[in-house]
Amino acid sequence: MLIRFAILLAALLALGPAIARAQISDGVIKIGVLNDQSGLYADLAGQGSVVAARMAVEDYGAEKKGMKVEVVFADHQNKADVGSAIARQWYDVDKVDLIVDVPNSGVALAVSQITRDKGKAFIVSSAATSDLTGKACSPNTIHWTYDTWALANGTANALVKQGADTWFFITADYAFGHALERDVEAVVLKNGGKVLGKVRHPLNTQDFSSFLLQAQASKAKVIGLANAGGDTTNAIKQGAEFGIVKGGQNFAGLLVFLTDVHALGLQTAQGLVFTETFYWDLNDRTRAFAKRFAERNRGIHPTMIHAGVYAGVTHYLKAVEALKSDDGTRVIAKMKEIPTDDPLFGKGTIRADGRKIHPAYLVEVKKPSESKAPWDYYKIRATIPAEQAFRPLDQGECPLVKK
Amino acid sequence: MSSIFGVPTQALFGQLLIGLINGSFYALLSLGLSVIFGLLNIINFAHGALYMMGAFVAYFLLQWAGLGYWWALLLSPIVVGFLGVVLERTMLKRLYHLDHLYGLLLTFGLALIIQGLFRNEFGSSGLPYAMPAQLAGGRSLGFMFLPNYRAWVIVFSLATCLATWYVIERTKLGSYLRAATENPALVQAFGINVPRMITLTYGFGVALAALAGVLAAPIYQVNPLMGADLIIVVFAVVVIGGLGSIMGSILTGFALGIVEGLTKVFYPEASNTVIFVIMALVLLVKPTGLFGREK
Repeated sequence: MLIRFAILLAALLALGPAIARAQISDGVIKIGVLNDQSGLYADLAGQGSVVAARMAVEDYGAEKKGMKVEVVFADHQNKADVGSAIARQWYDVDKVDLIVDVPNSGVALAVSQITRDKGKAFIVSSAATSDLTGKACSPNTIHWTYDTWALANGTANALVKQGADTWFFITADYAFGHALERDVEAVVLKNGGKVLGKVRHPLNTQDFSSFLLQAQASKAKVIGLANAGGDTTNAIKQGAEFGIVKGGQNFAGLLVFLTDVHALGLQTAQGLVFTETFYWDLNDRTRAFAKRFAERNRGIHPTMIHAGVYAGVTHYLKAVEALKSDDGTRVIAKMKEIPTDDPLFGKGTIRADGRKIHPAYLVEVKKPSESKAPWDYYKIRATIPAEQAFRPLDQGECPLVKK
Repeated sequence: MSSIFGVPTQALFGQLLIGLINGSFYALLSLGLSVIFGLLNIINFAHGALYMMGAFVAYFLLQWAGLGYWWALLLSPIVVGFLGVVLERTMLKRLYHLDHLYGLLLTFGLALIIQGLFRNEFGSSGLPYAMPAQLAGGRSLGFMFLPNYRAWVIVFSLATCLATWYVIERTKLGSYLRAATENPALVQAFGINVPRMITLTYGFGVALAALAGVLAAPIYQVNPLMGADLIIVVFAVVVIGGLGSIMGSILTGFALGIVEGLTKVFYPEASNTVIFVIMALVLLVKPTGLFGREK
């Protein structure tokens, strides 16, 4: 009798957690969009990412399927401490199940660690550092849209092969800039190029003239801008003033977004070559998405960040529906298991290290005369196939990947 | 090629000149702040937002009225200065008899509201503003390439600063102004309309900020956040120079521009911090600032 009771108890205990997990916690799937809502990255991510997340939930038909999904958002002000505090509050108090977006690699690395500790889910769209699927990879994090390795591989490869073999870096002095500079430098050196110098500037710098002067003095053929958003646009605009391009040097915008090109204007931005994983004018499906998106986002067309949030949330909901659970660790595992398919990135997969795999595009900014309509900004110069676009699985030093 | 601390002297000259250019923005803005503080006793935290509005008015003039840079240089300070007059008449004048803190809080709140409204409307990546054709291009000075526009900025702001200093320190109008800050009741007894003079002074200080905004528009993006980024640095400049000292704020503006420029060569990571380090040191040694007087 006693033995039978013990067996029953043991069985119940073993089953217990499984029963508890096979459901949606507190009946609501809560998605938190955490990004820069007010600073230099607010246009390329910001409210647009919130719109994208909401559209993903609506388009998935969550309500009809009986899933209750709620989208909340917050401003991390590009500060890792602020971002961490919000993430903890969301996970512990507000019952948020998934955090998406998170520009600024410094903040994203911190949130990734917290997500892992709490057993929740994290889909990165904005942050760039390839460490998120490398040394700092996590079973609770998926890196969706792009990373520094992909940018370096796309842009630097193309430029060095065209003969632009001497480089000078102007780098944003935080996790993202360092990672981007490192990954680009590796590509440049591998292709027989040389790095003549580098200078690191604080995030959100207004005046680049001093750094441009140093770059000019280096006589490097290419000035690689390992920064983003307002920093990149300011550097390019002031570069024109200092006659950088006229003097025979060229800028490589290593991370440029559609909204940056819009801010610069085609007159200043024309001819820039860089890597994107999404452009709104790729095909009918992306155009349809862009039209609906722009109507809800002050006319601003979607950047690859916004596309990544949309696609990431869509795939997350798919995995939750399949599992009938929103347990972070298990949902992320499920997301890696089922192939991805969405209107923006097409069919793809997610690797063991959390890296989402899809093609990348080498784009060139059109001349003002070539642009036919507002937001008609890019020519696609080359498509980098999915299997070549990202760092090979065995080179990332991700502890999750079995050797 | 000779060098100082491993940096070629030629590059160093270039950086000094660049520092001087940035310093001219600091000087122009801190001058406005100093005039306002000196005569109104208001710590005008809205200065950055008004500087930003100066740039935006230039942008609007171009987009909506087709008026280019030179018109903007004239009209934008007038428009924004008038707005300043309205602010002073409706809000600030109620605070003169209160502690500094109230003026600071009011103007800080105004700055947040103005910036928030502009950001909502125009986003945070900024709008393009082209260089005036007459000042495009540049010349090689041997040790560096100097864009014409930057040379113009330095000459124009230096002239404006000196003219302002002259008016306040050396003319009759200036003497009324200075007297009114010492003893408004007495000056008024001599038949001078002190409240109107104070209103116009605030308008003038604000117009200086707008002027700096127009000057900045072709260099930086016309960006709702451009003032917020700058205002803290400018306040540090004013504190170092000594609150209320006209010449002090001009000299410190240019000097700190140079210090910052040099930091960008020797240790660029610290270029955003160096001014605050200097501020802390100055406050430790001379709490009234380098040119400030004890009251």
